Amino acid sequence: MKAGGAVEVRDAVASGKVSAVDVCRDALSRLSAIDPQLNAFRTIAADRALARAAAVDASENLRNGPLAGVPIALKDNICAAGLEVTASSRILSGWRPPYSATVVERLEAAGAVILGTTNCDEFAMGSSTENSAFGPTRNPWALDRAPGGSSGGSAAAVAAGIVPLALGSDTGGSIRQPAGLCGIVGFKPTFGRVSRFGLLAFASSLDQIGPLARTVEDAALACAVMGGHDPRDATSLNEPWPDRGPRVGLQGLRIGVPRTLADGADDQVRQGFERAMDAARAAGAHVQDVELRYASHGVAIYYIIATAEASANLARYDGVRFGTRAGGAATLDELYSRTRGDYFGAEVKRRIVLGTYVLSAGYYDAYYRKAQQVRACVARDYGEAFERVDVIACPTSPSPAFRLGEKTADPLQMYLNDVFTVGANLAGLPAINLPCALSAEGLPIGFQLIGPARGDARVLDAAAAFEELLPWTHGCPIGAQQ
Amino acid sequence: MPDRLPTSEIARAARLARLTLTEDEQQQFATQLTEVLGYVEQIQAVDTDGVQPMSHPHAAGLVERADDVRPSLDRDAALGGAPEADREAGYFKVPRVLGS
Repeated sequence: MKAGGAVEVRDAVASGKVSAVDVCRDALSRLSAIDPQLNAFRTIAADRALARAAAVDASENLRNGPLAGVPIALKDNICAAGLEVTASSRILSGWRPPYSATVVERLEAAGAVILGTTNCDEFAMGSSTENSAFGPTRNPWALDRAPGGSSGGSAAAVAAGIVPLALGSDTGGSIRQPAGLCGIVGFKPTFGRVSRFGLLAFASSLDQIGPLARTVEDAALACAVMGGHDPRDATSLNEPWPDRGPRVGLQGLRIGVPRTLADGADDQVRQGFERAMDAARAAGAHVQDVELRYASHGVAIYYIIATAEASANLARYDGVRFGTRAGGAATLDELYSRTRGDYFGAEVKRRIVLGTYVLSAGYYDAYYRKAQQVRACVARDYGEAFERVDVIACPTSPSPAFRLGEKTADPLQMYLNDVFTVGANLAGLPAINLPCALSAEGLPIGFQLIGPARGDARVLDAAAAFEELLPWTHGCPIGAQQ
Repeated sequence: MPDRLPTSEIARAARLARLTLTEDEQQQFATQLTEVLGYVEQIQAVDTDGVQPMSHPHAAGLVERADDVRPSLDRDAALGGAPEADREAGYFKVPRVLGS
C-alpha cells in the first residue's frame, strides 16, 4: 500500500476506513523493503510503534487527533523516551533518553506513531549525511548520490514514500537543503516557534526543529501540532503557533530576489528557479530585485558562530553521564580527552577545535564578536528588505545532489553548500524548500521562500500557492516500485 | 594564502576542549583550518562600527519563572544512561580527580 499523505492517513483513521495498526504495519513493511538500499533509518522501533498504533485505535481521543495513526520518523538527534538516540555518533551508542522532546510529546498526543529515528550527519554537522558514524544515507533518486544533510535520512525516508512526515533540525540549512536534493517540502520555522527542548543541541541560537513532507499542507499540520510556546525552552516565543489566516495566494504578492546571491547557483538550478519566478509573475506576483548586502558573508560568520556554540554544547559529551566511555583512563582528565578523541568523528572534532579557537583569548574579538556584529547586519538587511517585499525567494542549494564522496576531501567545499540557507538561521526567519524542477540527470532542484520573523503563516501560504502552480508530479524511482 | 596555522595552535585548542588528537589529526586540522580561517578572514573588511553584536534572534531577554519546587528528573533515570554509576548510592563513577 503506497503511503498516503499525513492528512489522507489521518482522515482514513478517523473515519474508520483503516486502523492505525494497519497503517503502521504497511509503513514498516515499506521500510524493510526499501531502507536496505537507502540506510535512511538508524533505529527501527517496530514493537513500540505497533503498541502505540494499538493505543491510538483503542482511544477515541487519539483516533480523532490531528495526526491520528500517521507514521512518522524522528531525526536521530530528537529525544523520545526509551528509543535509542545517538546523534548518529559513536559517543552516544546505545543511549536511551530518559525523557521525550516537547515536539515528540505533542505529536504523540495528536495520535502520531513514531517508527524510529533517521540517519543524520553526526551531531547535525554536515551537508550530506556522509558524516554519520553509521554509514551515509543514499539519495532515493540516484543511489550513488548524497541526499543532502544533515537531515538526509529524514529527507530520504519521505522522498521514498516510507513515511509521509519526518522531523529534521535546521541550523544552517539542514532541513531545507536535503529537502531540496530529495524533491520534497522542508520547512524551518521562525526561531523560537518550535520548542528545542529535547533536541540534542548543536548551536543554540541557530537550531530549529521542523517537518519534512511531500506537501505543504502536511508540513503545516505538523507545525500546528508541534509549535507554540514551551516553558521548557527559554528561547521559545511566548505565543501559540499562528493560525493559517485567509488564503492570500500569489496575486499581488511582492517577491524579492537577492540577485547577486541567486547568481551563485549552477545553470540548471538557476533555470529551475527562474521557472518558478516566471510562474509567479504569470500568476500576478510582483517579482523584484532586493539587495542583501551582507549575504556574501553568511557562510563565513555561520562557521564561526555555529562552531563556537557547538564547542560549548558538545562539552557535555564527556563519558560521565551518558553514552560511551573510553576504557582504561587513569584520571578524570584522561577520561574526558580520550572518550571525546576516540568517539567523536572527524568533522565534529574539527568544528569543536575551530569553535574553541575562535572563542579563545586573543581571538574572541576578531572572530566571534566580529561575526556577531556582521550577524546583526545580516538580520538588519533582511528586515529592510521586508519593508519592500512580502517574501524573499532564492535557490536552496548551488547544485543538485552531488555524488557520495565528491565533496568529502575538502571541508570548506562542503561548507559552501550552505550559501543560500544560512541567512535564515542567522536572522531567525521562517524558510521553506519547495521542489521546482528536475535536472537533466533526473535529480530534484528546489527553491526557497523566506519570510519575515514570525511570518510563518505567510510563508506557508505562499508555498501552498506555488505548490498549486507548479505541481510536483515526478515520482521518486524507489518509491514508485511500491 | 595565509600562513599555515601551527599545529601548536591546534593542540592548544584541543587541550582547551579536552580532545585528544593524534599527530595526523593535528596536521590535517592545521591544514584544513588554515583554509577555513583564510576564508572567514573576509569579515574583517566589513564595517561594523557601532554595531551591537547579535547573540541570537528576537532577544527576549531573561526568561524567568517563580522559584517553586517542582518534580525533576528521577535520580535513577538520570543515572540509568551512564557508562558507570552506583545507582544505590546515587553517584556517577569516575577515575580519581585529585592528582590529575
